Amino acid sequence: MSAKKEELRIGFYVCHCGHNIASMVDCVAVARSVEKLPGVALARDYKYMCSDPGQVLIQQDIREHKLNRIVVASCSPLLHEHTFRGATEAGGLNPFYFHMVNIREHDSWVHTDRQEATEKAKALAEAAIRRVAHHKALEIKKVPIHPDVLVVGGGIAGIHAAMTLANAGKKVYLVEREPSIGGHMAKFDKTFPTLDCAACILTPKMSEVGSHPNITLWTYSDVTKVDGYVGNYTVQVKRKARYIIEDLCTGCQDCIPNCVFKEPKFTDDFNEGLGKRKPVYIPFPQATPQVVVIDPEVCLNFKRGKNPDGSPIVSDKCKKTCVEACGEKNAIDFTQKDELKEIKVGNIIVCTGFKTFDAGRVPAYGYGTYKNVYTSLEIERLVNASGPTGGEVILREGKNPDGSPKTPKSIGIIHCVGSRDKKTNIWCSRVCCMYSMKLAHLLKEHTDAELYNFYIDMRTPGKGYEEFYNKLLEEGTHFIRGRVGEVTDWAMTPEEEGKLVIRVEDTLAGVVRRIPVDMVVLATGLEPQADAGDVRRLFNMSCGGDGWFLERHPKLAPVNTFTDGVFLAGCCQGPKDIPDTVAQAGAAAAEAMVLIDRGYVEQEPNTAFILDQECSGCKSCIPLCPYTAILFDEERKKAYINEALCKGCGTCVGACPSSSIVQNLFEDSEIFSEIEGVLSYD
Amino acid sequence: MTKPWTPRIVAFFCNWCTYTAADLAGVSRLKYASNVRVIRLMCSGRVDPQFILDALARGADGVLIGGCHPGDCHYVEGNYKMLRRFELLKRMLVDFGIEPQRVRLEWISAAEGEKVKTVINEMTQQLQALGPLGMPQKFTAWDQELEHLAQAVQARDAAAGPCPTHAAPSPTPEVVHV
Repeated sequence: MSAKKEELRIGFYVCHCGHNIASMVDCVAVARSVEKLPGVALARDYKYMCSDPGQVLIQQDIREHKLNRIVVASCSPLLHEHTFRGATEAGGLNPFYFHMVNIREHDSWVHTDRQEATEKAKALAEAAIRRVAHHKALEIKKVPIHPDVLVVGGGIAGIHAAMTLANAGKKVYLVEREPSIGGHMAKFDKTFPTLDCAACILTPKMSEVGSHPNITLWTYSDVTKVDGYVGNYTVQVKRKARYIIEDLCTGCQDCIPNCVFKEPKFTDDFNEGLGKRKPVYIPFPQATPQVVVIDPEVCLNFKRGKNPDGSPIVSDKCKKTCVEACGEKNAIDFTQKDELKEIKVGNIIVCTGFKTFDAGRVPAYGYGTYKNVYTSLEIERLVNASGPTGGEVILREGKNPDGSPKTPKSIGIIHCVGSRDKKTNIWCSRVCCMYSMKLAHLLKEHTDAELYNFYIDMRTPGKGYEEFYNKLLEEGTHFIRGRVGEVTDWAMTPEEEGKLVIRVEDTLAGVVRRIPVDMVVLATGLEPQADAGDVRRLFNMSCGGDGWFLERHPKLAPVNTFTDGVFLAGCCQGPKDIPDTVAQAGAAAAEAMVLIDRGYVEQEPNTAFILDQECSGCKSCIPLCPYTAILFDEERKKAYINEALCKGCGTCVGACPSSSIVQNLFEDSEIFSEIEGVLSYD
Repeated sequence: MTKPWTPRIVAFFCNWCTYTAADLAGVSRLKYASNVRVIRLMCSGRVDPQFILDALARGADGVLIGGCHPGDCHYVEGNYKMLRRFELLKRMLVDFGIEPQRVRLEWISAAEGEKVKTVINEMTQQLQALGPLGMPQKFTAWDQELEHLAQAVQARDAAAGPCPTHAAPSPTPEVVHV
């Protein structure tokens, strides 16, 4: 026998949100209209409901007016549902006796007619009033958090996040796709605006990661599968065969000079194709881990073609001088296969970074056509002391009369290649202005050439950045404002012979100019990784229209994603410089630590359950559940739901022919009353 | 003066993609028709065909369902489940004499605020062209018609006198309220 139904006393609050709502919705009129609805004990309007006084108001009213349901009409529930549930609970009610109406994002901000917007707000409010009557007191479930963390991507973001967590005593798995960690930053020579040597900042951190007792570093590995939910993820990692037993390789690199290939002849990706490597190689001298890799595509001990399982075929035809050189260490293993590892983690930090824009997509700039057109990343390697030329800036094409390689006397740097352009990418890549100036400075230092920067706008928003720009101006670098029309080798005057001519409209002088240079540098923009779509699906994240991973909220949850326990850091979320990346990585690590140190995660109680007496045992629901949370009791011929596995999508509820499945927070009666409410207007 | 008729749209948006996209439309201050009333669900897979029929029966002129793009569902494949139901329901709507264009399913990702705007505006225009569905009014008319018919039958029966083959009608059974 149920107790006599308690009288409904709903408290309704409509928020002005300053002018955000009040300018388009007549909040007083909404409150007055809701006041008349059955069950409403009081209706108020207030300037900022989410503020402290606003929340206190709710708590006081609950006590003084004996309210038993709360409805707040304000912004999106994705923003402040949590806040108001908290206020409801602090007032002494179950937090799920609260419901939120979105009259900002879904109303005042998107409509232009005040009367219509007010009518809509009234209808939405009425729907909530009707709905909240059906609300039930629910309990939040607490699920324990596995303390280990997976960091995906070993660039500066991943390194910093992993180090932060590891230093706090958390166990971290750092998974990197390339043979070494370091990411793009490892390729840079110096960093703006301080001009510290990138290697000097990065490599100590890299080796710390490599030797940290709390970090399990898996390079040359891919995450292939992610299952589970916040606090309890099961992740499958594929460790690609590098044909070297990592534990046995000491990093002596004796194998490399002893390879049967006397000269390096294969494209070295780390040096942007400017250098060559052998089939057995280490990407760069400071690589972490200090373990070589064998490229089966070019190593003579492998045949061309693949085994049925996709692994390369060992031919054993090579003299294997590398194995001889390795000697007793026995670190080389040509029979190695890809290995699948399964790990359990509670949180995941995704730091998969970016790729640079393919300069060939802007044919007018001649990349790939004229040999002396370079990308910025190529120049980074060229000016780098450990780069393919040992830091000497020499042109790809053209020789001095004595046959020695030529150094450029004049260099043009074109900004915004693949950025701020409707034909390619619309966004500003944020780092190009600064790195172009840095390269201008470095090139001037290395070659004493005349430097020209062609820019649309100079963007130097950062600490010390504008000062760096001023420094460059004083150094005598030329800055020409205008988007370059084309780069051509068609000489119109004798001075232009044998040079590349940059044609540009100088928008400050108001003239079209032709500037002959020896070398052109294209400041290529940043783009999402080519496989960002797959990575996004793997971790159940969202992407913006531009392909960057989407944060949960740009200001309130900038490193969170829509999937709890999955965090973002670095350029995979959008272009950013190193200081911002590191700050974000630290923030992501802190967010993960919040969950780990609390030890549990609160789960929204929106799970489904089956009304045993109603279930006809038709089993329609069972195949629908993607989490196999629905089981069947063969003896009683009834289905039942394992609450621990249910994630609350409600698909089974929508499909049950006898309406015998109920989803908490989204019960049929709640939704039907909401439908009735939204249609209640004239 | 009465307001000119504008269509009423009830929308069921999934929490992760389309509801977020509608929030984004708001944050981006995109402007769209105010005829739409959004109901938030966790997944488009939660949309019971009864919700759609109920909304139409209660006076909606159109129903819009928004879910994540195929392959992007937060719950793996709830949006496919919705798609199946949607296709079946559309056939049923035709049998009911309801134009299937009144019910629309759209995949709108969290980043597609612009698409929320276009879809709602487009749908408003289409419904404007189709005109009101007016199920509540139809129900009233049909009820009246039925009552009329019942009265006519009663009147005829009364005129014909008691039925010779049947005994006097048994007393109406007591109505039991459950």
